[in-house]
Amino acid sequence: MSTPRSSSTSSPPQIPQSLTLAHTASSTTSSSSASGMRDAAEDDSDSPPSQMSEDDPGGGGGEGDRWEPDLRGGNGGGGRWAPPDQVLENVLESVLEFLTAARDRNAASLVCRSWYRAEAQTRRELFIGNCYAVSPRRAVERFGGVRAVVLKGKPRFADFSLVPYGWGAYVSPWVAALGPAYPRLERICLKRMTVSDADLALVAKSFPLFKELSLVCCDGFSTLGLADIAERCRHLRVLDLIEDYLEDEEDEMVDWISKFPESNTSLESLVFDCVSVPFNFNALEALVARSPALRRLRVNHHVSVEQLRRLMARAPQLTHLGTGAFRSEAVPDGAMSVSELATSFAASKSLICLSGFREFNSEYLPAIYPVCAKLTSLNFSFASLTSEELKPIVRNCVNLRTFWVLDTVGDEGLKAVAETCSDLRELRVFPLDATEDSEGSVSDVGLQAISEGCPKLESILYFCQRMTNAAVIAMSKNCPDLVVFRLCIMGRHRPDRITGEPMDDGFGAIVMNCKKLTRLSVSGLLTDKAFAYIGKYGKLIKTLSVAFAGNSDMSLQYVFEGCTKLQKLEVRDSPFGDKGLLSGLNYFYNMRFLWMNSCRLTMRGCSEVAQQMQNLVVEVIKDHSDDEGESETVDKLYLYRSLEGPRNDAPPFVNIL
Amino acid sequence: LKASSQPPYISTILLSHQHHLLLHFLHYTNQISPHLLLPHHNIPLPLISRFRSTSQPVAFSASSMEIDAENLSATELRLGLPGTSSSEDRPKKPSPTVGTKRALEDTTSEASGTGSAAGEDQDTTTPAKAQVVGWPPVRAYRKNTFQAAAAKKAEQPGGLYVKVSMDGAPYLRKVDLRMYKGYRELREALNALFTKSLAAAENGGDHQYAIAYEDKDGDLMLVGDVPWDMFISSCKKLRIMKGSEAR
Repeated sequence: MSTPRSSSTSSPPQIPQSLTLAHTASSTTSSSSASGMRDAAEDDSDSPPSQMSEDDPGGGGGEGDRWEPDLRGGNGGGGRWAPPDQVLENVLESVLEFLTAARDRNAASLVCRSWYRAEAQTRRELFIGNCYAVSPRRAVERFGGVRAVVLKGKPRFADFSLVPYGWGAYVSPWVAALGPAYPRLERICLKRMTVSDADLALVAKSFPLFKELSLVCCDGFSTLGLADIAERCRHLRVLDLIEDYLEDEEDEMVDWISKFPESNTSLESLVFDCVSVPFNFNALEALVARSPALRRLRVNHHVSVEQLRRLMARAPQLTHLGTGAFRSEAVPDGAMSVSELATSFAASKSLICLSGFREFNSEYLPAIYPVCAKLTSLNFSFASLTSEELKPIVRNCVNLRTFWVLDTVGDEGLKAVAETCSDLRELRVFPLDATEDSEGSVSDVGLQAISEGCPKLESILYFCQRMTNAAVIAMSKNCPDLVVFRLCIMGRHRPDRITGEPMDDGFGAIVMNCKKLTRLSVSGLLTDKAFAYIGKYGKLIKTLSVAFAGNSDMSLQYVFEGCTKLQKLEVRDSPFGDKGLLSGLNYFYNMRFLWMNSCRLTMRGCSEVAQQMQNLVVEVIKDHSDDEGESETVDKLYLYRSLEGPRNDAPPFVNIL
Repeated sequence: LKASSQPPYISTILLSHQHHLLLHFLHYTNQISPHLLLPHHNIPLPLISRFRSTSQPVAFSASSMEIDAENLSATELRLGLPGTSSSEDRPKKPSPTVGTKRALEDTTSEASGTGSAAGEDQDTTTPAKAQVVGWPPVRAYRKNTFQAAAAKKAEQPGGLYVKVSMDGAPYLRKVDLRMYKGYRELREALNALFTKSLAAAENGGDHQYAIAYEDKDGDLMLVGDVPWDMFISSCKKLRIMKGSEAR
C-alpha cells in the first residue's frame, strides 16, 4: 500500500469503520427500490439507500476537503517519491469496486492520492444533491467510470410555489457534459429539475446502453420527449415519471406509448400516472404483452377498470400496480362486475404494492381483497375513502408496511389501521382539503391510536387541524424507531387543542425519545423552547423544516449550534432576523443549503454572510411583484455551498450576493 | 418552450374527462389589460394549475373535434361553476426571461395534473382569512388532482338520460349520454343494448340502421353531424331507424 500522503490541511483521516464490502459489484442492476413508494415524490430522504436518498452530504463534489489533488499522477511531492505501483492501483480499484455507499467512497477518497484516483475511477453512481454545488465539467473530470447519475435541483419549497418560475436547475448543461464523458451511462435520476424535450432527445442519442430514467417532480418536457426515449432507448428497463409537470399542448400531444420498439422490450418498470394526457390504450396493452420483465406498472387516470383488467391479464407477474381511475367506463348494463375484477386480482399472485384509485367506484374496492394479505404497500392518497370503505380492506392488510391515505378516513379509519397493521413502517395522511380553515378529519386521536398499534413506525407524515402534546409525546415513546417525523398542523400557530399550550413539549419529546430521528418538520404554536429542545437532543437531525414558529433569533442559534449533523434547513414565516442568520455562519459550509422566506432578513445580514463566506452562494430571490429596485428586506434567501461560485444562469429576479 | 406571439385573446377551451363533461372556462393570458378582467377575482379560487387536459385522445378516437364548438362559444363569456376554476387576476408579471409559453399558465383548470412548481401567487382569498402561498405544504400536483375531481363532481348533475327507441323493438331503453366519450362509444353501447332486436331484424334482411335523434326544437336529426358535446346538450331522444326509412 502506498504511503499515505497527508492532505495539506490536516492529517489523514482514519479509515472509518463504516467501510463495508457490499455484496455485489454489479452496477447494472435496477436500483429502483422494492417498496413501491420509496422513490415516490414525497421526499424520502431518510429511507435506507434508495436512489433518491439524501444521506450523502458531499455528493459528487468535494465534501469539504479543500485540497486539490494532483491528478497528473503521483509526482506532486517531489523527486524522492516513487512512481505509483500500477499493480497495486489495479488491486485497489478491484477492491474499491465493492464500495457502493457514497459516504464510504468519500471517506476512501480522502485517504491518499492513490485511493483518490482509484475511487474516482471506480465510482459508478454519482450523487449530486445540489446541481449547483459542482459544475458538470468538474464532476466529469474527476470521475471516469460513472454509470448512473442522480441530480437534484430546486429547493424543496419549490413544490409549494415558493420558488418563482424560471429560477433554474436546468439539466441541459449536465446532459451536454455527461454525453461525451460517459457513453456507457445507464441511469439518470432527476429530482426537481427542468428537463426539456431536447434534453430527453439528447439523452436518447448519447447513451446507447441507457437503461433507467427516473424523473421526480421535474418539469419542462412533454410527450414529445418521452417519445424519443421510448423509441431510441432500446435497452430501457425503467421509465418512472413521478409527479412531474408535463408541458403538453392539446394539439401537440404525441402518442409516446406507441413508440416503444415492436419487439420484446426489457421494461421492468413503467410509471406514468402523472402524465395526465390520454394515450392509446391498445398500444399500452400490446406493450405490456411484449414486456415479459415488467414488474411495476402505474397508469394514469385514463385507464378504466375494464382496461385495467386487460392489462393485468397481460402481466400477471406484476409486483407494483397503479390502478388508474378504478372506475368503469361502460354503460351501467355492460359494466364489469366486482367478481370479475376480483378474479384478476386473485390471478396476480405477486402483487405487493397498489396505488391509483384516482376516481374510484367504491363498489369495486372489494376486488382487491384477494391481494390484501400480501400487500406491503398501499397508496390510497388520491382516493377519498371513508372509514367505512377503508375498514374492510385494511382489516386484511396484515403485512402492510407503507400506507398512504387521505384524512377522509378519519380517526376511525386510522384506528382500524392501528388494529391490524402492526408491522407498519411508514404512514402518510394527506388532507383532502388542504386549506387552513378546513374541517380536518383526523386529529390527535388518530395519532395516538397509530402510535399504540404500530410500534415499528419509522416514518410519518401527518396533516391535521387539531393536535395535542400528549399524543405527540405518546408517539415519541411508543415509536422509538422513528427516523422521519413530519407533523403539519394546518392552522397556523395552533396550540394544543386541550391545554392551549404551545406544542413545544410534544416536539421536545420527539427529539428526546426518538434517538434515530434524522428528519423533522414542526408546526403549530411553537416558542424558542421547542428549538432549544431540538438543538439539545436532535443530534442526528439532517433535515429540519420550520414554518410559522419560534419567538426570536435564539431559535435559529439553538439549531445551528446544537444540530451538528444538520444538512438542510428550511424556514418560512418565522420571526428570525439577521442575528439568527449570522449565528449560523460557521455551520453553513457543512450544510447542503439553507432556505428562508418571509422571515425578517435584510440585505445587510445576507450580504455579510456572502462576504464572510466566499465558498457559499447566497441567493436573494425577489417575488415578481417587487419591481421597486432595491429593497432592504429580503423575502427569500437560498444559500448553499458550492465549488463553483455564482452560477451563470440566474434569472433577473435572483440576486447573487 | 415556444414564444407566445399571439395577441391578447380570450378563448374558451372545452375540457372533458372520462365522462366528457362540458367544462367551459376562460383562458386568460397575462397580456389582457386589467379592465378586461371580470370582477370575479375576489371569489375564492383554487390554486392555479397550468395544465389543461385535452378533451380527446389525439388521432385515435372517434369523438368529434370540438373546434367548432370552441369557435361557437368563443363569443360567450362565461365563468365556471362556483367552486370551480376561473381565471385569477394576475397583476404580476411572470419571469420575463424563460419560456413565454409559461405565461399561459395563468389559467386555472380543473384538469388533474401537476400545478406549478414555480412561483405562483396567492392561493385563494377566502373572505374568512387570507390564504398564504404554499401553506399547508401540499404539492400542487396533489391539490390540483382533487380540485379536478371535486369540480367534476360538482359539474355532474347526475346523468343525461334520454330515451332510445328502435323501430320494431317492443320497448324503449334509456341511456346516459354522459357515459360516452363520443359517437363511436354511443354506437357500440346501442348495439349492445339492442342486440336481440338487431339480430331479429337482420333475419328479415334489413341490415341497415341509422341513429337519429330529436333535438330541442323537436326536429329529427341524423346523429353524427355536430360535435359530440354540442350533440349531448341538444339531444332529447334517440331513435334507431331502419335504413330504408332513414333515406
